[in-house]
Amino acid sequence: MRNTFSETLYECAKADPRVYIVVADISPAGSMAKFQAEYPERFINVGVAEQVMIGMAAGLALKGCRPFAYTIATFSLYRPFEFVRDDLGYQNLPVTVVGMGAGVIYSTLGGTHHTMEDIAIAGAIPNMQILAPCDPLETVDATRHCATQDRGPVYLRIGKAGEPKLTEKAEPFVFGKLRYLRRGKDVCILSYGVIMKLAVQVADRLAAAGKSVSVVSCHTVKPLDRPGIAEALKTHKQVIVIEEHVPQGGLAPQTKQIAWDSRAQCDLKAFTLQDKFIHNYGSHDDLLAAHGLSLEQILKSVS
Amino acid sequence: MGESVQARKTIDSMAARERCNRFRRRILEISQQVQALHIGSAYSCTEIVDAVYFELMRRAPDGSSPDTFLMSKGHGCMIQYVILEHLGVLTRHDLDRYCKADGLLGCHPDYGNPGIAASTGALGHGLSMALGMAYAEKTRGTNGMVYSVLSDGEVQEGSTWEATMMASSLKVGNLVAFMDNNDFQSLGRTSVTHPSFYPVVDKYIAFGWESVEVPGHDTRAICEAVAGRMGDRPLMVVCKTTKGRGVSYMENVPIWHYRSPSPDEYKQALSELEKALA
Repeated sequence: MRNTFSETLYECAKADPRVYIVVADISPAGSMAKFQAEYPERFINVGVAEQVMIGMAAGLALKGCRPFAYTIATFSLYRPFEFVRDDLGYQNLPVTVVGMGAGVIYSTLGGTHHTMEDIAIAGAIPNMQILAPCDPLETVDATRHCATQDRGPVYLRIGKAGEPKLTEKAEPFVFGKLRYLRRGKDVCILSYGVIMKLAVQVADRLAAAGKSVSVVSCHTVKPLDRPGIAEALKTHKQVIVIEEHVPQGGLAPQTKQIAWDSRAQCDLKAFTLQDKFIHNYGSHDDLLAAHGLSLEQILKSVS
Repeated sequence: MGESVQARKTIDSMAARERCNRFRRRILEISQQVQALHIGSAYSCTEIVDAVYFELMRRAPDGSSPDTFLMSKGHGCMIQYVILEHLGVLTRHDLDRYCKADGLLGCHPDYGNPGIAASTGALGHGLSMALGMAYAEKTRGTNGMVYSVLSDGEVQEGSTWEATMMASSLKVGNLVAFMDNNDFQSLGRTSVTHPSFYPVVDKYIAFGWESVEVPGHDTRAICEAVAGRMGDRPLMVVCKTTKGRGVSYMENVPIWHYRSPSPDEYKQALSELEKALA
């Protein structure tokens, strides 16, 4: 995903001289080398200094640029939070804060590198938009959207590397709208971001058991497509939310709220990270499983 | 902006003194509409902000400028408001509605209001934004200057040092910062809070900036520091100022960081300011 992000950003920078990237000692892999070589002035490394990364991006935007601020999610959002809130949110500037490796992808680096509350935190800021693409292809759409929009700040939550392509046959990407990867009648799985891979695995197993399953990428987590979710709740017998985020402030509680508001009759189940820090190590899948986010654990609860 | 933009070449110290006195009296007048307006903080940086607007920023015949002023110490913005009123960017009506329910202007500058380059008030944000602006001006070929005023207390924020380090790394010669070095912060003297803050000029030089100290109520000294700069790196002009400058009972008395004078105090202040001009 980060390679796709940087390749797409390079294309955006080629098309628009207002596109800048400010990074904090973390560069999106080798693919950023092209950007750096061709547009050295528009690639700024502030070093390990996230507050100036956001503040500078705000200053660039105040002069008409379209900056991206890029580092590991926890450092791009949590460390400089008040800069994100005041400089970007309050002033409503078109700056994209890229949270790379969000969720518990950095599974061997410990809790300091886990981003489990970012949707709640970014989503609480007025004006802030949140995009969380689920695969490299959707990352292209999301990045292009960020580079060309004027509406205000965006928190772009992306993964790291090796994510499979899931949206090849999906409906087109439209900002602010649910995106069906496949349509069914019985069960609807709502998810976003890297954990979509698990959502697709769950869907495959349910389909193999004879269920007709929809899989939806809620890539625009804010503003959330509330009518779209209400419709999904109305047209399916069961809705399952799977997200790599703590139980509060993410897609799951919002879906429950929409279900209440729309008097939904379907069965609704949510699978999220728990309201607990993770102190163990292992693979990304190991960490998710430690909080109940594994294929077998989910299937046991929904079948 | 090209040839239509003129940098001012001669400094009329008397005119600056008169302007600053008028601005202080206008702020004093507004102080009677509200209970608080950071009067001491505004009086402290009156000459600095006046010098930026009237001596340093270039002006096209229509009054526009290719240069930017960003008030990093947002709580001192009353001086900016009265200058913007004088320039016709804000109206008397705008200032009459200061901090009122139907007004535009509050105790801190708000982006979107006429003449305001960025929202500040939370300290430690302005220098990073000014740096981003200066870098945009430099790399997009628009070549505007960016001027910013920081408070000395504000420089205790770690973020200002992030921006300080970055500004010299990027060699933004079009960034000029002024420190309103009145040696006061909310709870007392900055030199008591952090004795090791001084010598401060040396710190900026060590970080790759050019830095000089000037008497901060001396328009000519402020302007000469800027005019004589190297220009290949950012400049920090450390302005030695007096908080509450111009009114005897306000000078170096922390309560005037925020408070408005009573009617009697108002009369005394007005009388002192009028005498100073006579």
